[in-house]
Amino acid sequence: MDFKFTRENLDKINDAIKRYPDKQAAVMHALWIAQAQNGWISNEVMQEIAKVLEINPEDVLGVVTFYTMYHQEPVGKYHLQVCTNVSCMLRGAYDIYETVKKSLGIENMQVTADKKFSLEEVECMGSCGSAPMIAVNEDYYENLTVEKIEEILKSLTLTLSKEEGV
Amino acid sequence: MEKIVLPEIKHLHLIDVYLANGGFNAARKAFSQSPDDIIDQVKKSGLRGRGGAAFSAGLKWSFMPKTTTKPKYLCVNGDESEPGSFKDRQIFEFNPHQLIEGILITCYAIGAKTCYIYIRGEYHKWIRLMENALADAYRHGFAGEQMKEKFNTDFSCEIYVHKGAGAYICGEESSLMNSIEGKRGYPRVKPPFPAQYGLWGCPTTVNNVETIANVPPIISNGWNWFAKIGEPKHPGTILFGISGHVNKPGVYELPSGTLLTDLIYNYAGGVPGNKKILCVIPGGSSMPPLRGDQLEGIKMDAESLKAAGSAIGTGGVMVMDEDTDLVKVLARITKFYYHESCGQCTPCREGTGWMLKILNRILRGEGSVNDLDLLISVANNIEGNTICALGDAAAWPVKFMIERFRDYFEERVSKEIKLPVANKVHSMRKTEFPLAEIKN
Ligand SMILES: Cc1cc2nc3c(=O)[nH]c(=O)nc-3n(C[C@H](O)[C@H](O)[C@H](O)COP(=O)(O)O)c2cc1C
Ligand code: FES
Repeated sequence: MDFKFTRENLDKINDAIKRYPDKQAAVMHALWIAQAQNGWISNEVMQEIAKVLEINPEDVLGVVTFYTMYHQEPVGKYHLQVCTNVSCMLRGAYDIYETVKKSLGIENMQVTADKKFSLEEVECMGSCGSAPMIAVNEDYYENLTVEKIEEILKSLTLTLSKEEGV
Repeated sequence: MEKIVLPEIKHLHLIDVYLANGGFNAARKAFSQSPDDIIDQVKKSGLRGRGGAAFSAGLKWSFMPKTTTKPKYLCVNGDESEPGSFKDRQIFEFNPHQLIEGILITCYAIGAKTCYIYIRGEYHKWIRLMENALADAYRHGFAGEQMKEKFNTDFSCEIYVHKGAGAYICGEESSLMNSIEGKRGYPRVKPPFPAQYGLWGCPTTVNNVETIANVPPIISNGWNWFAKIGEPKHPGTILFGISGHVNKPGVYELPSGTLLTDLIYNYAGGVPGNKKILCVIPGGSSMPPLRGDQLEGIKMDAESLKAAGSAIGTGGVMVMDEDTDLVKVLARITKFYYHESCGQCTPCREGTGWMLKILNRILRGEGSVNDLDLLISVANNIEGNTICALGDAAAWPVKFMIERFRDYFEERVSKEIKLPVANKVHSMRKTEFPLAEIKN
């Protein structure tokens, strides 16, 4: 599938380019913008970024594979990131993690069959003081308990079914 | 106690409130002095880096070449990915303009015209907050070209946010620079140090967010005032992030040299259920762990913690009560470094994996007493043998946890000494491919 940036996104990338003495430096910005537009970073996306920034596609690939937040495969509509690092673990992160796995029926780095949810076990997210935590797409949910995470999952499912109803 | 970095002023994140509280007066004062004067004051104030190594900020700035035709850069390190650290995000959220003002002063002092604030990608919300604050500063003429008019000076600098994308290693200064350049975040071999060869080969200074946020008050109130706060050898306040088994986890801004026990019991409300403390990691997961029965009298500053056998790191204090499974904790910490090793150096790339394997073996109840020595030996072979300090960060928790909790770990492994794996492979080869048969 072909990928082309929207006019608006191209402007954003050109804006980013101006911040650096070298075009390659805008590659991380471009990837974030592409991910917001496309949902994930496909080969076509990397080709297009290479073209826009006038760099080698291999260099884009190198960046994509180094950083964990660029999705190399499609994720669910809600991408759940559960921190299990020490501070969260000490406050029950693995119970949260197991609850999420069980209620969604997926394992780490999997997507539900309906493509609504995906799960990733992540490293410390900088919420150790309000642990345990999960991030849903870009939003943090902190000071969790098993009850709270069940509530969150329910309300996310509800939001999705409402959206479908419209 | 006065708070310097996170004062309790409502809505301080708004530029109007910041201005009403004397905001940007420090920058104005700085611009009326020479850059060398500013460096000198920061040096004398005793301000030390808050990003982990506690290096003198003024001294670091003085390494920047004075005569160069190349552009100079400032990088503000907001990667904040060390497990147990969550303080810089408070600055982005509650006092972003003080960070911006600190950047202006620092850029002026080192002669940089461009600053990149590197913020970890997971901090979407805090990136937005910081970008909003920055846009406000630009709108009011406190950054960019308009500064010249606003402050009536020849100096101006541009400030940009660079968003990371999930890599702990990018907090290491040279990896951070590669990341800004749009490359894989591999640490660089040092020397040359960033002040000689940094971003795009130009002189660069890298400082932590909290370090820079401390600069405006130093200029406003004088180095003398700052040098008197807390411990003389590591003065100022520190944003202590305390997490784990405490009643009130969170960030507390306290003078350096605050007693660790004070922090835990008075500020963080003690341990739930009044349980005993088994272990404390005082400066983020990379720092050597301390025994719970040896916390009395330990002060929270670089020199005191060094004397106590650990380090201040990022000031992230992780508290573990008596029911904590330390093997699990150590295995989880090691999993982190295994995951985050950039893979350039063999000792770190392979060693972290080996340590994790051994720790998992112990967790399964299949460990033997010689595994403990093996762990220490692997850790010793990583430490000091890598390009960057991630290797040390991975080695220290393992080495010191096992040394300091030897009794605890010995109870979790069998006393029986098992044959090292290598020998087993060797003897297996012998039986399966007897040399005598490989003649023709
Ligand atoms: C693996 C590794 C990760 C690091 N992560 C951070 C970080 O997230 N934030 C930070 O300020 N410094 C981090 N540092 C320290 C930086 O390399 C650098 O020393 C620091 O940003 C300098 O700022 P300071 O002198 O103001 O402390 C890290 C170092 C290593 C080896
Ligand atoms: S350990 Fe989970 S956010 Fe830090």
